[in-house]
Formats: sequence, C-alpha cells, structure tokens
Amino acid sequence: MRMLLKNGHVVDPASGLDAKRDVLLDDERIAAIEPSIESTGAQVYDASGLVVAPGFVDIHVHLREPGIEHAETIESGTRAAAAGGFTAVCCMPNTQPVNDSAQVTSFIVERARRTAAVHVHPIGAISKGSKGERLADVGAMRGEGAVAISDDGLPVMNSGLMRRAMKYAASFGMTVIDHCEDLNLSAGGDIHEGIQSMRLGLGGIPASAEDVMVARDIILAAETGARIHVAHISTASSIAMVRHAKKLGLPVTSEVTPHHFALTDEQIPGYDSNYKMRPPLRTGSDVTAAIEGLVDGTIDCIATDHAPHTGHTKMQEFERCPFGVTGLETSLGLALKALYHTGKVDLVHLVRLFTNSASSCLNLGRGELRIGGPADITVFSTEREWTYDAAATLSKSKNSPFGGTVFRGGPVATIVAGRFAWTAEDGIR
Amino acid sequence: MHSEGPNPRSLLGIEGVPRPEIERLLERGRHYKAVPPNKKLATLAGRSIVNLFFEPSTRTRTSFEIAAKRLGADTIGIQALGTSLSKGESLVDTLNTLAAMNPDIIVMRHAASGAPHFLSRFLSIPMINAGDGRHEHPTQALLDALTILEVKGTLEGLRVAIIGDISHSRVARSNLHLLSKFGADIIACGPATTVSKNLPLLAPGIGLTFDMREAVRDADVIMMLRVQLERQNVEVFPKSEYFRYYGLTLEHMALAKPDAIVLHPGPINRGREISSEVADSQRSMILSQVENGVAIRMAVLEWVCLD
Repeated sequence: MRMLLKNGHVVDPASGLDAKRDVLLDDERIAAIEPSIESTGAQVYDASGLVVAPGFVDIHVHLREPGIEHAETIESGTRAAAAGGFTAVCCMPNTQPVNDSAQVTSFIVERARRTAAVHVHPIGAISKGSKGERLADVGAMRGEGAVAISDDGLPVMNSGLMRRAMKYAASFGMTVIDHCEDLNLSAGGDIHEGIQSMRLGLGGIPASAEDVMVARDIILAAETGARIHVAHISTASSIAMVRHAKKLGLPVTSEVTPHHFALTDEQIPGYDSNYKMRPPLRTGSDVTAAIEGLVDGTIDCIATDHAPHTGHTKMQEFERCPFGVTGLETSLGLALKALYHTGKVDLVHLVRLFTNSASSCLNLGRGELRIGGPADITVFSTEREWTYDAAATLSKSKNSPFGGTVFRGGPVATIVAGRFAWTAEDGIR
Repeated sequence: MHSEGPNPRSLLGIEGVPRPEIERLLERGRHYKAVPPNKKLATLAGRSIVNLFFEPSTRTRTSFEIAAKRLGADTIGIQALGTSLSKGESLVDTLNTLAAMNPDIIVMRHAASGAPHFLSRFLSIPMINAGDGRHEHPTQALLDALTILEVKGTLEGLRVAIIGDISHSRVARSNLHLLSKFGADIIACGPATTVSKNLPLLAPGIGLTFDMREAVRDADVIMMLRVQLERQNVEVFPKSEYFRYYGLTLEHMALAKPDAIVLHPGPINRGREISSEVADSQRSMILSQVENGVAIRMAVLEWVCLD
C-alpha cells in the first residue's frame, strides 16, 4: 500500500529538514521526501497546514500487561499512545509478574505483535522482582528485545547493586533508567513537601528525595562509564546536577513528564488524586527549571510516565490512592501549550524532544525520517483547538488531571508501518 | 460560600470560612451556652444526624451527640469498627449507603486528611468535619476561640503560643487559621522536626521558635497540643525527653502574662506535655473548653442546617 502526504510542513530534527515537502510511503518504508511528488497509484492525503514529523517515541509508559489488565492492556495502552501521536513506546517492567526474565519479555513482545497499535519496546527490571536484591536476567531479556533496564517505581536503594547493574547493563549496550527517589526521605509522603503539603495536612516528599539519588547515579556513571537515564526529573537541583554532568561529558540523559512542566503543587485542587504521582508535582521554580532544561538540552526528551489506575483505586482517601496519572493523549497538547506557543522552543526543537532525542536516550534507532526507513509518521497541528475528554480516553483508565483542558494544537494522524494507527475525527483527508 | 466542595452548607475547615461567618458562629455559641442544659430545644426537631467516627473519639463524639440532642435532632452514632468498613467496603460505598438513608447532616471524623473534602464532592448532604487526619478540626478551633473570648474579650493582638507537634496536629492547623483571621500574634513552638519552616506562609501573623521559654514569654494564651505518637510515620523526636523541652510547667507560667490562660484539646497526657500542677491550676481552661464544645457544636449544627 502506497500513501502520499501532500504539502505538509515536514520537520525532521535528525536531518535538519524544516520545509514544505511531500512524503511518499511505500508499505512499511519511507519511499521519498521531495518538494513535489506525483501520486502514482498512491492514496493521497492533504497535509497542508499540518506538521509531518517522524513518529513520536515515548520511552516511559506503563501498559500493565501482564497481570493488571483491568487498568490497561498492551492493546488499550498502545491505542491511547497512537491517539497521542506516538508510534513507539517503551513499557516499564512493574507488571505482575515483573518483567525480570526472558519469558516475560518475550510474552510482552509477542502480545504486542498481536495486539499493539504501535511499536512496543519492553524495559526489563534491574533486579529480580524489582526487589533490589539480585540482578535480573539482563542479558536474556536483551536477547528477547528488552531495550533498557529499570526498577521504576521500586527504586534501587542499594548503591552497590546499582553500581553492578550499571556496569553489567553497559556490557550489553543497555541504559539503566532510574526512578530517582530515596525511599527513606520520601516515606509517608503524598505530595511535594512544601506549603501545599503543610496546608492540606498531607505527608511531604522533599525535593532531596530525588536529588540525593540523582547525585548518586551521576557519581556512579562517572565511575563506571555506564549510561544512566534519569526518569521523570522534577526538581531544579536535579536538573542542575544533570546539566553539570553533561558539561563534564558524562553519559547521563534525562526526561521530564508533561505534568511536571505544566503543573505545580499549588495547583492541586483540594484532595484530587488525579494530581497524585511520584515524583510529585513540584514548585513554580522547579517548573521553570524543567522548561529551561528542555530548552538547553539538559533534559533530552518528554516522556509521559503514563500510569493508568482504575477508577476505584483512585476513588479513595487521598493518602490511600495509588501514585500515577495517565498522559499519552495530552502530552503533545501540553508541550505545545507550555513550550511552543510560549515561544520557548521552535518547532524543530519541539519535535526533537518527542523523536530522535528520545530515541537516542535508549539507542532505539527511531525518530527520524530516512528514505528506506520505517514509515512511522506523526501528523499534528499546532493550531487546531480541541478539548480533552478524559472519559472518552482510549486508555482503560481515566486518571488524568487534564480532563476538560482546552488545547491549541495536537495530534491529527498517527501512521505506524505505513498504516493509520489513529486519526482525529476532523483528521486528514 | 463557606465550604470547599459544591455543598453550600458544609463545615470542612476553618481555612475557607470568612471571619464574619466565624463571628456569627461564635455569637450563636454564646447564645446556646446561656441556654440551661436541661432545656431541650426544637431547633432541629425531626432532623437526623449521623455521627460517623472512623477514629476512636470520646469527647468530640459525645459533644456532637449532646449538641444534637439538645437541639432536638435524632442522632445515629456509627463507629468504624462496628460497620462494614471492617469488611473491606470502601469509604465511598459506606457513604453512599448512608446517604441513601437521607440524613440531614453527616458529622465525620477520619484518620485521612481530606477524607470529608473528598466525600463532599460526591454528596449533597451537609457535612461537618470532626477532625480529618493531620489537616483540620474546625469545631475545636471555634470552641477554643469561644473559650479565649470569654476570658479575654478579644482575639485581636493577643499573644498566643501554640506548643507541640504542630505539623501532625489538626487542632493546631485550624487554630492557626482562625487566630490569624482575627489578628492574633501567634507563635508556634515544637521540636524542629515537627514544625515546618513554611508554617508562617500558612496565614499572616505566625512566628516560629523551637525554644519553649521564648514561646511562652508574655503570652496571653498558651495552647498545648496532645503528643500524638500514633500519627507519626517515624519517630520524629525522642519522646523520652519531650517533656523536658516542650512540657508546660509552672516555671513557664511565670514567664507568661500574669493573667495568661492555658488551653488543651484533651485528653491530656500528664507528665508528657503538661504538668499536673498546670493542668489543675486556675489558669487551665480545659473543662471550660469541654463545656464550650457543646455550645459551639450546637451553633455549627444549626448553621449547616438552617443557613
């Protein structure tokens, strides 16, 4: 099947392309990118007024399968990903059972092959059962398709184990992704420790809970030479440390979630658990630092940390509710709002944060428009106004703080391997 | 207008209630205090009130019960351990069940901060917060204000020391809001691990110290907090030496104003946060607080029901 996208504003940060172009897809491959291509037997779509970009990559999602399918499945989560403009996602290993073995990794790969709407790259666990005791079968998981390792959500407190994991993973060419949180410092915490936690009488998670672990990881990266990726960075100090590490040439990368650059702890309305996540929403100066980090490259990419939870688990006393919010469908809208329409970043840089820069954190080889390369394309608008309806999400869970938010610009069509994985209602013709 | 949820007649916390409304409540409290205790009123006749206590409580529960009965209302008391909650029913389901029985008011105490705020988003029945976790205990602050006003006549410009585990205390938080709205000069004092440096940002007029002698110096009112070890996730101070640094003794009373009064929300821990000599002295308003508790809760029940 051949598909021709006419007159789109093609943005490819990897090659620097930023111009009006036609893009011809021949089945699963990109066949041509030219100022004008004749429609020789191809299905033609008018992309004028729209941005045509490499398929977006989200390197941090929770798909909940196997084991927690009532909250999300690989099928439902990847459909939500497609609706958010993503053509590839990396799923965290905190499933039931934990993805700590070749068997679980291959189960995920196989389920994805049969049910997923977008490409799925599993992330393996650092430790067996993510218990922080013994190394998981890192090499075997790599053999089945795991792209990185992480004990996301159950961070490795044992620095000796972390050091071994980094050295060992590096020998397989894998990055270690760390959810940086000192569990002793964050114990009993529900939201950021600050004015809001004091006002609401909720337990605080201090910024130091993240900062001491980011410092540790940078020190270990310097010592071992192994690659470390800081997941969902949220504090100004952590961002400053990563900036310093990069200046020193250390193999450190980082990501930020849309909610951490779009919201502060003071915006938490009452005891609404759709604003409860780890790390917690931080202060205004942390948000400013996150945006600066995205602008100057300290933060390599935007990742959603899409964390679906079913309604009843979030309908409880705030302190009993699980941590996490969904985010796949609102990610681009929030980035346009906070970064692009405010003039903080140009279009090329915005796309970079979702594509090749995200991909390179984990060496995925994705996120660029290459002749002969995979026909994974994200078509989006910077202008179309739309309102997010959390109840109508394609995810199985609705725990988003952005229900009812009006966006200027968002995904229009998502093409995976040459076929539409999703199109907006007023999409592309 | 005085609630944080959609329900217009709830009392969830002091923070959201404007000063004129508080003055109105205090005025009605004074009115009810003057009514002889054996006189049963018909103000809330035919109304039913559910007292839903998810935490053990003797005085607050009893106080609400007496207040409701004196106003002629029917009360149903439910203790968490006696309900289906112990069978794993969620808070939402329990409340939905109770709401289906159409009570006129729900009075709720819960160990989780924000539990009544969360529920009031889904309920159309007026709710009174009888203490939520570490957050607020609005009727306690109202009865404390009534007690202070009886002796001092005003809150404006009074020097009030609040002493104890401030950050874990809902009594402290509600009092800080109330006293601040009335222009008191507040000094909060406790072990450094329990007093947030952000506390002065909560409301105007709040100062901080870790030195008890500094806190009580020239105080008009000394509010002691109960040491609540059960509310701490980890031991935030060595309890063996708590009394030595933060227990109220006659020596401290000598530093305060000669007519200074002492408040304590009870039940008191003698020798833990207050010495028996102070607790039993003329300056102690503890029993007066209990009496005012009934009057102020009558005022609050009336306020949410008849507003």
